[in-house]
Amino acid sequence: MDFVAQLTLFVLAIFLGFELITKVPPTLHTPLMSGSNAISGITLVGALLAAGHGGSTLISVLGFVAVVLATINVIGGFMVTNRMLAMFKRK
Amino acid sequence: MQIAQHWIDIAYLIAAALFILGIKGLSKPKTAVRGNLLAATGMGIAAVVTLLHHDIVSYEVIIAGLIVGAVIGAVLAIRVQMTSMPQLIALLNGFGGGASFALAAAEYFKGVDTTVAMAASGAAVLIGAVTLTGSFVAFAKLQELIDGQPKGFPGMKLVNLVLLVFSLGAIGYMTWTGQPNDTLFWAVVAAAALLGIMLVMPIGGADMPVVIALLNSYSGIAASAAGFVMGNSALIITGSLVGASGLILTQIMCKAMNRSLTNVLFGVMAEAGEAMDADEVYQGKIKSSSAEEVAMILETAQRVVIVPGFGLAMAQAQHAVRDLADTLEARGTVVEYAIHPVAGRMPGHMNVLLAEAEVSYDKLKDMDTINPTFEQTDVAIVIGANDVTNPLAREDKGSPIYGMPILNVDKARTVVVVKRSLSPGFAGLPNPLFAKDNTLMLFGDGKQAIIDTTNALKEG
Repeated sequence: MDFVAQLTLFVLAIFLGFELITKVPPTLHTPLMSGSNAISGITLVGALLAAGHGGSTLISVLGFVAVVLATINVIGGFMVTNRMLAMFKRK
Repeated sequence: MQIAQHWIDIAYLIAAALFILGIKGLSKPKTAVRGNLLAATGMGIAAVVTLLHHDIVSYEVIIAGLIVGAVIGAVLAIRVQMTSMPQLIALLNGFGGGASFALAAAEYFKGVDTTVAMAASGAAVLIGAVTLTGSFVAFAKLQELIDGQPKGFPGMKLVNLVLLVFSLGAIGYMTWTGQPNDTLFWAVVAAAALLGIMLVMPIGGADMPVVIALLNSYSGIAASAAGFVMGNSALIITGSLVGASGLILTQIMCKAMNRSLTNVLFGVMAEAGEAMDADEVYQGKIKSSSAEEVAMILETAQRVVIVPGFGLAMAQAQHAVRDLADTLEARGTVVEYAIHPVAGRMPGHMNVLLAEAEVSYDKLKDMDTINPTFEQTDVAIVIGANDVTNPLAREDKGSPIYGMPILNVDKARTVVVVKRSLSPGFAGLPNPLFAKDNTLMLFGDGKQAIIDTTNALKEG
């Protein structure tokens, strides 16, 4: 993918982000943060490619670290967000 | 099994769409749980198709990493207490930054062949490492492993500037010449790690919500930069969504303190506050009350507003507060909660605590909604909040907090302040609210004071 296409995605996604996030009520700001932590764990897909690349030891170690940290964010983030949101749901 | 690149890209697009629907779900508490599940589904799809990518030749490291990460993540999510949520968010921000850093470093050592990839991997390493160490300092401060007060030394800003300029210069040099230089690369890593520590050390206490929100934003931007390195659309889109999210929260927090981001990060609060003598403000005007007296006043109250602050989290008093509210409501009193945007240590901190105590979210009112109602309020109970109720912000033009939007609790017929002592809040200012004619101080541990009041109310 060329740079301009990447930049286009980046800029449009930021505008979309602003539109989406301003609609989140203050009451849900903490779950929003933990939830956004979880989805920023999307680095996992890059981390998987780096870790499974079969390159040098250094690359494998960095890939392993990236997989561990991103997985913590994904699993920890979604689980804790779910836990918080379940508290908001019950009345 | 291997699949073609375009199917993987389509799966990433589906994942990105599910993330967007997930965040959209967060616009209402009712749809939020489903939103979170949609986002998690998107993540699952993205991860599974990636495992089918033809670049992946060995699975040992991947499986080990997934197991270790999943166990740590699950344990953290299940065991964390709601009062410790700011610490967990700080940690997760740091891990997010760390993942982008490690990923970009791995890409760098695989060989970056384009100008964009070189510049982007430099950016991801820089922002990722700053986020990693900065978040750990924030975590240590919130967890009270280190002193939560601002720490610094003369010339700190200059050192930070040198570190930043050096890092940018080194990345720029490698990008410009197209020559990766491993020594320079590790020097950037070290400088960025140090910069993260030094940026967060001078920030403390009540400014924490801003830092947490900002680091949240950084973790997203770092992920986006990593996406530019790999040419991966999923990372670019998701990273910028998270970056925008953190940035908006940062703006909201700054606005709620009437301070600019620069002022929070680099400024010190104006020194004018020291001119005001606490003894002069409080001398002979403080009325210390008892749980029984407060209960008597509450007996005849028709409308009560509870104003929670960080002290509520410290005292773990959320369940006690809910009991008091239940007791009042059983007697026909209307009870609402006034939530200042920067109450607590992160955006939405008080809402989460009260939700844990099963307080219905529609009773939690934000500042603009609740402020006009204080004049019709019989009793405002301030528990563990200080600066956000300080009338100086409204009345004293010379005060360092002048102009900060506050909760107008002093307009209530009676104000009960539950507090350990007359010690000042983070701003270091005396609070004339405590000395007002209609204010009663209920000194003691927040939780115990509320429990005593509830018991007195039940007996009376």
